[in-house]
Amino acid sequence: MNDKQIIDRLTNAFAGAGVDSDGRLHSRLAALAERQGLLDVSYRTVDSPLGLLLLAATGEGLVRVAFSSEDHDAVLARLASDISPRILRTPRRLDEAARQLDEYFAGKRRAFRVPVDLQLAHGFRRSVLEHLRRIPYGVTQSYAAVARAAGNPSAVRAAASACSHNPLPLVVPCHRVVRSDGTTGEYLGGPEAKRALLAMEAAA
Amino acid sequence: MTAWALMTRTKLRESARGPSQAARPVRSRDAAARPFEEIVAEHGPVVMRVCRALLGPADAADAWSETFLSALEAYPQLRPESSIRGWLVTIAHRKAIDQLRGAARRPQPAADLPEIPATDAEPAGESSMDDDLRAALDVLPAKQRGAVIYRYLADLSYAEVGELLESSATAARRSAADGIASLRKHFSKGAKP
Repeated sequence: MNDKQIIDRLTNAFAGAGVDSDGRLHSRLAALAERQGLLDVSYRTVDSPLGLLLLAATGEGLVRVAFSSEDHDAVLARLASDISPRILRTPRRLDEAARQLDEYFAGKRRAFRVPVDLQLAHGFRRSVLEHLRRIPYGVTQSYAAVARAAGNPSAVRAAASACSHNPLPLVVPCHRVVRSDGTTGEYLGGPEAKRALLAMEAAA
Repeated sequence: MTAWALMTRTKLRESARGPSQAARPVRSRDAAARPFEEIVAEHGPVVMRVCRALLGPADAADAWSETFLSALEAYPQLRPESSIRGWLVTIAHRKAIDQLRGAARRPQPAADLPEIPATDAEPAGESSMDDDLRAALDVLPAKQRGAVIYRYLADLSYAEVGELLESSATAARRSAADGIASLRKHFSKGAKP
């Protein structure tokens, strides 16, 4: 047996590929991390009629919902720099949010009852998001009305910008904000998605 | 010794005292750190390879979890230019030393954690043939064994291996060559083909 054969035999004997094919090692790591307070952000994805959604949560609550058009890897990289790189895929912490989103898309839920963490929005943008959370299902409001309700009637553009940078689309319903002329306006998930959501809510 | 090796030692000493009390992450200003999930996905297999070679299949799963848990704790302070694989293998090396000394703080059993039966840690293809290989590896002098594992299973450079074994790159290269030569001799003696 030559050196190369010895080395091959070594690497085969201790091969690590497929080591966690059932994900149990990973689940255990995530559970240990959570218990020791080392899991700053957990995430999972969920299928929806608007495509694959990324859900991310801190210990405080849901912190980010992202459409696949936003590029989920890029979103996670941003969370790593904006919040913490201690990020693991941990479905458990997000099961409830995923279930409520399923119900919402099935027309069986009109309001989300999950804790949210608005730390990604600051100042006026955050005031806008806090107001958006109070717009009821099936109701629309103009950007001007939102600006007024958030405390700055002249900041219509800033209100629109806050909507387009909403870290929690769907759960914080920025899709319910439309232009004063009645057209739907821009949406993170695309204008088609916004029209579909408004139609769904109007029909319910 | 590099900064991360020093930091790892400090961290391990700290983590031996118990779970971190620091709930707030401390971020270094220049860290363009990748999500830790990517680190686990990319380096999980190599860390398992090293844990299996150092400790055998029964203890490898625990050592793997402990390694990534310590790494997760220290990760926000890791310097962006560090070799992540080298850093993880250093942590695994320390964990293995702790476990072998019986000084490891074993994770307390908890009902809410998924069980990992030791038998499941054994890869399907691992036959009794390689019990023989493991036995041969285990009787090598510590430096040779370490050099073989870190050079050929973890694919570290001789400089990194030397740092781990607290010797020079030249000495690490010699230890690895001696280790492979011993294994070759062991198998050509016809212990088993």
